[in-house]
Amino acid sequence: MKILICLSNVPDTTTKIKLVDNNKSFDKTGVQWIINPWDELALTRALELKDDPDAAVDKVTVITVGGKDAEPTIRKALAIGADDAIRVDAEPRDAFYIAAQIAEAVRKEMYDIIVCGIESSDYNGSTVGGMLAEILEIPSVSAVSAMNVRGSEISMNRDIDGGKENVTVPVPFVAIVQKGIAIEPRIASMRGIMTAKTKPLNVVPAVQEESRTEYAGFELPAPKAACKMISPDNVRELVDLLKNEAKVI
Amino acid sequence: MSVLVYTENWDGKFKKLSFELVSYAGKLAEMLGTTVTAVSIGSVDQAELQKLGNYGAQKILHVTGPNLDKLDNQVFSSMIVQAASKEDASVVLLSNNNSGKAIAPRISVKLNAGLVSAVIKLPVSLNPFTVVKKVFSGKAFTNVVIKTDTRVLTLSQNSFELIETGNKATIENFNPEIDTGLFKTSVKDVEKVTGKILLTDAEIVVSGGRGMKSPDNWGPIEELADILGAATACSRPVSDEGWRPHGEHTGQTGKIIAPDLYIACGISGAIQHLAGISSSKYIVAINTDKDAPIFEAADYGIVGDALKVLPELIEAVKEVKSS
Repeated sequence: MKILICLSNVPDTTTKIKLVDNNKSFDKTGVQWIINPWDELALTRALELKDDPDAAVDKVTVITVGGKDAEPTIRKALAIGADDAIRVDAEPRDAFYIAAQIAEAVRKEMYDIIVCGIESSDYNGSTVGGMLAEILEIPSVSAVSAMNVRGSEISMNRDIDGGKENVTVPVPFVAIVQKGIAIEPRIASMRGIMTAKTKPLNVVPAVQEESRTEYAGFELPAPKAACKMISPDNVRELVDLLKNEAKVI
Repeated sequence: MSVLVYTENWDGKFKKLSFELVSYAGKLAEMLGTTVTAVSIGSVDQAELQKLGNYGAQKILHVTGPNLDKLDNQVFSSMIVQAASKEDASVVLLSNNNSGKAIAPRISVKLNAGLVSAVIKLPVSLNPFTVVKKVFSGKAFTNVVIKTDTRVLTLSQNSFELIETGNKATIENFNPEIDTGLFKTSVKDVEKVTGKILLTDAEIVVSGGRGMKSPDNWGPIEELADILGAATACSRPVSDEGWRPHGEHTGQTGKIIAPDLYIACGISGAIQHLAGISSSKYIVAINTDKDAPIFEAADYGIVGDALKVLPELIEAVKEVKSS
């Protein structure tokens, strides 16, 4: 069984967003880049499955669409434990463009399970995984919070509004995963960091594809008015404000 | 031309989010000079379907058949695409909830349409077609231009007001062609949460953080939620410690919510937590540390121990509710 993890290279989640270039772009200076948090959990679960002999996972590959500047993030995934990596050499333009690039790589080498995080913490799209599955014409299961593999038997929990369902689909498929798939992301060991340097990182050229959407500019939220402080001895005042001023209770 | 909206039902009933979608579709259709067709999959009675008319649908395509009570992403997206072709839809609209996120990307690929997810308001321009969404987990907004003639949008929950039109819709049975080989998702087991208000649907949310000190102290949070008709939530450390289930974790990697009122008890307000709640219309913070970042995000604040403040708050809410 082979697992492919799709990685997005995103600014650290604590990054303060500063706009530049007439609000057309955000300031990337000093930004720490990380593996998208959900992709990191996906990778963690794939490696846990690889450690489990009953799961019979032979190989965990990671793929990202990005320039050379994305390589530290890919190396980090290799250090955490992925066996090899693919970098599609292109600037990611939009979700469809990214999905089309990954689909092309998958057509060259089919994987049994392709895993995407449920969204990326930068553009919050939640769309690459579903698009990839549709381009490849294979099933997809979304909002997956648990995955168990016993040879060819793969069972997953997915969230539905108001509960959970335990589902199975035949391989190959795309799993779009969220928190719960793993709890704490696995971190790289010293040995992992050393061996990551020698693991294969295949750089492949992008295929010709048009993007369908375009970011036309950014805006920061208006600053919030100062918080109205209420004395802990006068909790009733808070309730009156919620009822009469905010009108929410 | 039309605006096609996918309205999900839960055991034959629609929820507020379905009506939000149809309300949005109605306003969008007005801007585009066209009409709204809603597509509903699975068995729903006529009176329930007609509610979609009241929120602005002119026409309803009702799909019934075997095996449609559980979501299969390929099957559902194929049916909605067939409805879109039949109705010559220029926009296909879904909710940005679990099923919307699951099928909208597939629909966009089939229709060669650009997709923007988690849209928060009506388009700011029709030419080029430009919509607004949040990025960087709420730290910024962006305008996104869709370059294709057909567009797929998913709408953020609780971001659009309900609009009752008093319309009556025509209801049509619709039988899309479905290759039975397409049904690949088999559901082995279902675990339903009953009697509780869903976090993503809730208009009021009461949430606890590490300042609650122990999982045994959650009684007042649940009681307050109960009398307010609210859902309960928690911060990441609380769910990581196993004090509360992961499904309650609100924040960047947990649930992103937009209730009318969010009451944060003993939550300091790490940037990742704020990312999950910053779309709330009003935020109340109760925390012992007056310098905690939660007070920068809050509208109303009490510097104090949540364990002491909560019982008084419960009494005060009861008084106001009964008066």
